[in-house]
Amino acid sequence: MDNLGELLHGFAIAVTVPHLALMVVGVLLGILVGVLPGLGAPNGVSLLLPLTFGMQPVSAIILLSSMYWGALFGGSVTSILFNIPGEPSSVATTFDGYPMARDGRPTTALATAFGSAAFGALIGVILITFLASWVAQVALAFGPAEYFAVYFLAFASFVGMGGAAPIKTVVALAIGFAIAAIGIDTVSGSVRLTMGVDELVKGVNFVVAVMGLFGIGELLVAVEEEFHARAVSSKIDWREVFRAVGRLPRHSVALLRSAAIGCWMGITPGGPTAASFMSYGIARRFSRRGRYFGTGEVEGIISPETADHAAGTSALLPMLSLGIPGSATAAVMMGGLMIWGLNPGPMLFVDQKDFVWGLIASMYVGNIVAVVLVLLTVPVFAALMRIPFVIIAPLIVIICVVGAYSVSNSYLDVVMMLGFGVVGYLFKKLFYPLAPLVLAIVIGDKAEDAFRQSMLMSKGSLGIFFANKLVTCLIVGGIALLLLPLVLQLARLFRKPAPPTNETIAQEKVII
Amino acid sequence: MGGTSKLLLSAAVAVLAGPVPALAAWQPQKPIEFIATAGPGGGTDNIARAVQNIITKYKLTDQPIVVVNKAGGSGAEGYVYGKASAGDPYKVIFGTSNAWQQPLVSKVAFNYTDLTPIAAMAQDEFLLWVKQDSPIKTAGDYLKAAATGDFKMGGAQSKDTDEVLTRMIEKAGKVKLTYIPFKSGAETAVQLAGGHLDSHVNNPSESIGQWRGGTQRPLCVFSPKRLPQGAKVTATEGWGDVPTCAEQGLDIKQYEQPRTVWLPGKVTPDQAAFYIDLMKKVQATPEWKDYIEKTSQVDTFLTGAEFDKFIKEDLEHLRLVAGEQGWLVK
Repeated sequence: MDNLGELLHGFAIAVTVPHLALMVVGVLLGILVGVLPGLGAPNGVSLLLPLTFGMQPVSAIILLSSMYWGALFGGSVTSILFNIPGEPSSVATTFDGYPMARDGRPTTALATAFGSAAFGALIGVILITFLASWVAQVALAFGPAEYFAVYFLAFASFVGMGGAAPIKTVVALAIGFAIAAIGIDTVSGSVRLTMGVDELVKGVNFVVAVMGLFGIGELLVAVEEEFHARAVSSKIDWREVFRAVGRLPRHSVALLRSAAIGCWMGITPGGPTAASFMSYGIARRFSRRGRYFGTGEVEGIISPETADHAAGTSALLPMLSLGIPGSATAAVMMGGLMIWGLNPGPMLFVDQKDFVWGLIASMYVGNIVAVVLVLLTVPVFAALMRIPFVIIAPLIVIICVVGAYSVSNSYLDVVMMLGFGVVGYLFKKLFYPLAPLVLAIVIGDKAEDAFRQSMLMSKGSLGIFFANKLVTCLIVGGIALLLLPLVLQLARLFRKPAPPTNETIAQEKVII
Repeated sequence: MGGTSKLLLSAAVAVLAGPVPALAAWQPQKPIEFIATAGPGGGTDNIARAVQNIITKYKLTDQPIVVVNKAGGSGAEGYVYGKASAGDPYKVIFGTSNAWQQPLVSKVAFNYTDLTPIAAMAQDEFLLWVKQDSPIKTAGDYLKAAATGDFKMGGAQSKDTDEVLTRMIEKAGKVKLTYIPFKSGAETAVQLAGGHLDSHVNNPSESIGQWRGGTQRPLCVFSPKRLPQGAKVTATEGWGDVPTCAEQGLDIKQYEQPRTVWLPGKVTPDQAAFYIDLMKKVQATPEWKDYIEKTSQVDTFLTGAEFDKFIKEDLEHLRLVAGEQGWLVK
């Protein structure tokens, strides 16, 4: 256990008063940028980066990574309270977090989210500690075909998911793909779907789309359906924070499954956003209470949050050991590493032991600091729900407009955000699902690039997706997930149309 | 301090103070925005932030500077923004040869003539890389191996510098390569390390970590002479030990990518002169030398007619390659 010794040495570096102070500062700043939509972790870290040039590399990375943890936690707050995801990766948290908060249980929702997030992060760090060298090899095995297979798996876990008619899911996906295609195409280098608007060459930013679809869209629905002049009468109870965290172990299956999905996507690097969506989709399918998802289910919060943080944490591993960033924030930090005079890559673990293990130890400590701080803030945030709708609604509009504008200081983004608000409203009224739309906007272009790169490599043969064990497993897994609802339906047809009990569901699983 | 050194000092002051009339003519009165046409952490972002730090450290202007990333559409977003800000001397755009290359091969809504050229400040070199355990040892081996089968060459973006160089290699070596575009040089480097590609043509800074880590190695550099020695990268070799491609029989004498600085169009000559002078001062600092060395680039400074000549020559060359490939847009 060489690694263990190194880790203890790392703790000696990380647990010093100045470093602990840096962690607290970093986490608080991170919560702030995470809560403010549009700012987000990558921007926050790049704003802070110039301040770190005079620091020791270890201190600098501790400050930046603490900010990253803080932002990951903070991103969930607005998703749960106002249905505005502060971070792309916290979109999936809105699906059940927001209904639960509206239901008068914001404290439970926030505490559950933070607790499971901390669990996910912890699993991610443990993975980094013990499997660093092995994991590096796994990531290298990913070529374009394997990337496509991973994205395919993420999409497959969503199509046909209960709730919406499968055809509506496909329509939502298709619209999302079209939006993802706007801008310059990586493979051909040509400009697509800009419709004569010069500025659209940059493509549609994810934050702009999400704030419109969720924040503004939800607002429009709320205004129409009933006048929420009354605030949600949420009791603020300190004990509920601990009760919610204490209830987590009951959902250990969901926690472990989501952490596994998160680690996998963080390493490969599918990223935290794809991880949280996939985890939510799979939980919805395999949870016993799957059909209640979307109405404020506890596991609907646990699954995306755990996966998000497990992925966010393990995304730092490919950055350190290979020099590939697993997320946008990791990419900014990598720029920082080079400026501090460190070269990310396999040699970092050999040349810069103090730095690497100091950082890994700080992940343990930093996450504990972060979870304590955010749990302390839960009642404060939950109290926001008591503010009457007439005050909160304009605030939400302001947050969305400022957030959209600050993405790239562009008015067009504000206009597009409002347009997406209308789209979000229409989707809700016509019972089209938003999740597949968002998923396609986020990873649609990546999936397309990967597919076309694979086709270039194989000269147009689909055989490349069955060329080795890894890619074959991923593709077959994706197809299986895709066909699962169809098979279940067929199985149901052969039976009497009796309400499915737990027993029949179990049998159906055996059939597959 | 003797009389001569005093004289030298005042001479140096005079040189630095040379463009003073221009300084007196125009000074920024509000915060300046640096637009990097690349995402955070990319080469263009690094140079914008390095220049920002140097200006702030030496207080070369009183006004604060903010760096904004506009990386969408392979950087087109930043240039289009520059075009839309015509007449605004508070927007400084940092880019590459993309500024004139992209409009030639892709229907983007700008051309470099919409902007005011300030300077080309550093040149990035290109090298031919293979996987560490590849049997290929020289550029000659590479061409021989590529002639037999179909070789996969990776690069950043489509119809951009990497693909142009790939097509030049095909022509010079009479081989056929399958070019596969990725989003960035860093991504390409990882794909080569994983054995999904046979080669790529990354800049030194994009693959230095991989070389040091023993996952890939450079065969040759597309430069008229070898690179300066500098510090060793691996235990035994440094950049200066990499032979030139021309000396190994791959006859491409020179291929470089300049880092370029622009103002929006329709600014006054005084305003342009202020920024030219500012960049010159930045280049004279030890921090700049340090930045150039760490990123393994070549220090240059082209401005005015020289810069213009460079662009024209590069365009001429690109038009030839793009014409042959059928990439030109009209």
